Amino acid sequence: MADPENAKEATTLRYAFGNVLSFHSSLDRSSRFLDPSFLCLLIDFQVIKYESVIHEFDPYFNYRVTQFLTKNGIYDFWNWFDDRTWYPLGRVIGGTVYPGLTLTAGTIWWILNSLNIPLSVETVCVFTAPIFSAFASWATYLLTKEVKGAGAGLTAAALLAMVPSYISRSVAGSYDNEAVAIFALIFTFYLYIKTLNTGSLFYATLNALAYFYMVCSWGGYTFIINLIPMHVLLCIVTGRYSSRLYIAYAPLVVLGTLLAALVPVVGFNAVMTSEHFASFLVFIIIHVVAFVYYIKGILSPKMFKVAVTLVVSVGLVVCCAVMAILIALVASSPTKGWSGRSLSLLDPTYASKYIPIIASVSEHQPPTWPSYFMDINVLAFLVPAGIIACFLPLSDASSFVVLYIVTSVYFSGVMVRLMLVLAPAACVMSGIALSESFSVFTRSIKFQLHGLSGSSQVDSGDASSSTVVAQNDAGKAEKTEDTAKERPSKKSKKKEKGIVDKPSLKAKIERRLLVLPFEASIFAILLLVLLGAFYVVHCVWAAAEAYSAPSIVLTSYSHDGGLHVFDDFREAYAWLSHNTEVDDKVASWWDYGYQTTAMANRTVIVDNNTWNNTHIATVGTAMSSPEKAAWEIFNSLDVKYVLVVFGGLVGYPSDDINKFLWMVRIGGGVFPHIKEPDYLRDGQYRIDSQATPTMLNCLMYKLSYYRFVETDGRGFDRVRQTEIGKKNFKLTHFEEVFTTHHWMVRIYKLKPPRNRIRGKTKKPRSKKAQQLEQKEVQLLRGIRGIRPMKLENAKCTVMLILHLPRLWLHFEQELNSEFARMNNRCLLILR
Amino acid sequence: MARSTSKDAQALFNSLRSAYAATPTSLKIIDLYVGFAVFTALIQVVYMAIVGSFPFNSFLSGVLSCVGTAVLAVCLRIQVNKENKEFKDLPPERAFADFVLCNLVLHLVIMNFLG
Repeated sequence: MADPENAKEATTLRYAFGNVLSFHSSLDRSSRFLDPSFLCLLIDFQVIKYESVIHEFDPYFNYRVTQFLTKNGIYDFWNWFDDRTWYPLGRVIGGTVYPGLTLTAGTIWWILNSLNIPLSVETVCVFTAPIFSAFASWATYLLTKEVKGAGAGLTAAALLAMVPSYISRSVAGSYDNEAVAIFALIFTFYLYIKTLNTGSLFYATLNALAYFYMVCSWGGYTFIINLIPMHVLLCIVTGRYSSRLYIAYAPLVVLGTLLAALVPVVGFNAVMTSEHFASFLVFIIIHVVAFVYYIKGILSPKMFKVAVTLVVSVGLVVCCAVMAILIALVASSPTKGWSGRSLSLLDPTYASKYIPIIASVSEHQPPTWPSYFMDINVLAFLVPAGIIACFLPLSDASSFVVLYIVTSVYFSGVMVRLMLVLAPAACVMSGIALSESFSVFTRSIKFQLHGLSGSSQVDSGDASSSTVVAQNDAGKAEKTEDTAKERPSKKSKKKEKGIVDKPSLKAKIERRLLVLPFEASIFAILLLVLLGAFYVVHCVWAAAEAYSAPSIVLTSYSHDGGLHVFDDFREAYAWLSHNTEVDDKVASWWDYGYQTTAMANRTVIVDNNTWNNTHIATVGTAMSSPEKAAWEIFNSLDVKYVLVVFGGLVGYPSDDINKFLWMVRIGGGVFPHIKEPDYLRDGQYRIDSQATPTMLNCLMYKLSYYRFVETDGRGFDRVRQTEIGKKNFKLTHFEEVFTTHHWMVRIYKLKPPRNRIRGKTKKPRSKKAQQLEQKEVQLLRGIRGIRPMKLENAKCTVMLILHLPRLWLHFEQELNSEFARMNNRCLLILR
Repeated sequence: MARSTSKDAQALFNSLRSAYAATPTSLKIIDLYVGFAVFTALIQVVYMAIVGSFPFNSFLSGVLSCVGTAVLAVCLRIQVNKENKEFKDLPPERAFADFVLCNLVLHLVIMNFLG
């Protein structure tokens, strides 16, 4: 136990020194930009602590898709219809998955294998994310270099190399879309800024291609296609229109829309959904503005005024007509053309009111305030300083970065998952702030040193402690005197510009030197380095402790210091794959769908894609119903096994009982006989003796707590911290087939239906069937009177003959329902 | 009022015509090309309105190829125009090479999307 601690401390110190070195390099403006990328790769604790394993849930689906791609080739991948999920509906993988990640990993695997480096697909998948995080760091360097200069670029890249928010989604094993998408995002922004700065059509083409890669990778591409038009509009409105702006924007819209339409997931949504309308609107606006500027250039001012009045009067009428048509079109759709997820971003309360599935995902909840500090740490208060630095002076590029940070802060406040989009913006801003402040301090040190060694410049240096206030923040000028003496690193960075008057040296008049006292500058630089060290320590800690858990394997430390590993999930999936038939269907809550298909290789009913709310509601209803009703539902879906996750024995808090209320809500949203208040006692969710009878009789309760009393005699649930309500009960329609070592995953089998149903059945009987039944009963009574043993054969044949019409009726019914099911399936496929 | 407006319109029209006549011939050729592309796009839209939009991907790729070449030609015109101070360091051959490259990418995508 002591050794790992020491090792961790040693590595922390090493990282701190490494970061200090890179800061020094930014001072010297050397292009050691490989350093930050290397830093990214170093922070890879997950593979060291556990084995090389894929994390979470979504990566398992991506891994399975990549396996299919590498095995069957790209044509089969584009046309793949997966019948092992969403039974009996299936899923069109080719048309519903964002192919960027799988194609990237597949290409890397193919290249390596053709070079005879035999890496397995799993290894390539696990290590795709760290490689692309190194690329993302490089892209951040390029982006910030375009905005402010190489020094800021290096700092920003070093910050991004370690920021916990990005690390959480790019650890080795987190094989999810964001791994490549964030790199594509930053790279697209870099190319856009580069085009804006140079006006070169070549970079505009590259920009469109990078945007295409982003569309392939992630649904968050709508952020780009809305942010860039917003920025163009901002530039036009603030009078910064230039022909470079036109070259940067117009080809991107045309090429970008076409390329987006090429990706099957997006398809015609690229021109039909409201998420893209902003780009078209600004496309029209920029053409109008360009035309106006052109006319202004070739006409005399008087004539131009005439033209304006003429055009305005006529154009206004036409414009109003077009807008009216457009508004009518958009208003005719109930969601105004926006998708559910985008609407929930714009109106954070939308999902909780209308779409409980989106509201139930934990990643879609708003973040708490401490999570900002956890995820971007020191950057949280360096960002405002960076925003100020961007305004001095304001250029097109810096206005873009300011807009980027403002919008990403808003969206990260709506959904905790979007903290990931905030991270690069925060790193860019903080990089700018740190670099500017470093250059201020070092310049003043240089000046002071130069003044001490020289002779005539000393007087003017000391005298001009009169500070000229920074252009923007007159209000904050009072503080500048104090901050020079106090710790400037902990407060916002203020910049002072003192213009030194040296009548003898004219060159120096133009240069703006800073006049901070020598000791204060040294102290400030030391404090900034200390700040960087704190940041590094926090990031390393966060990466090692909080974000390295693969969540498919859990660990805990026992009281004697040993490591205890909970590998129950993989145990359960291995049992499923070894002990069930290949075509058996497994029902569980949608969280485990991807893992079940990937690891256990069995057909599931619902999975994490959550595209069909009704299907999920069916499973939720089954989990909330009593045993017999649940059995009926599952039997109608051909389910053989039901899988339940239970954490009560070991204290695992994300088990199905804790998620149960969401099952009730989602099920109740579609099937009104499931009402949430039935499961709550006085508004409280309980499973102890005070729980409602509906709760104690539902399938989820029974499957979770079956035989739980046998573990400790009183059935104490460690997660809910109570004893369970119903302790000794038997299951009538299910039988337990497997429970893992720590009782975390429990698998049950549906009992087959009984051959003879005694007494009344609930099925509607036709009159003919009823008559047959009566005849059969009479015959049996008659036969029983004689000699049952000897007349066994006769009874059988007689019963068979009598039952034949009923069998035929039943067969016909079955055929009809089968046809109906096939019809539904065909309709869904065609749609 | 109407007469002054129409007289203004006449004066405006004349001044526009005289100002435009002063532009160099190469730029006028590019302008002609832009006009042709937009005209082709309009024809396609009218055809779609008459005949219907199936298959939609072909319609999209046709219209967007016309709009795309128009936009790229305007970019070329901006970069080649001698009155534009921002681009005086850019040799017109480089501008034309960029134009060709971007058109190649555009038409590759169009061919793929045409269906």
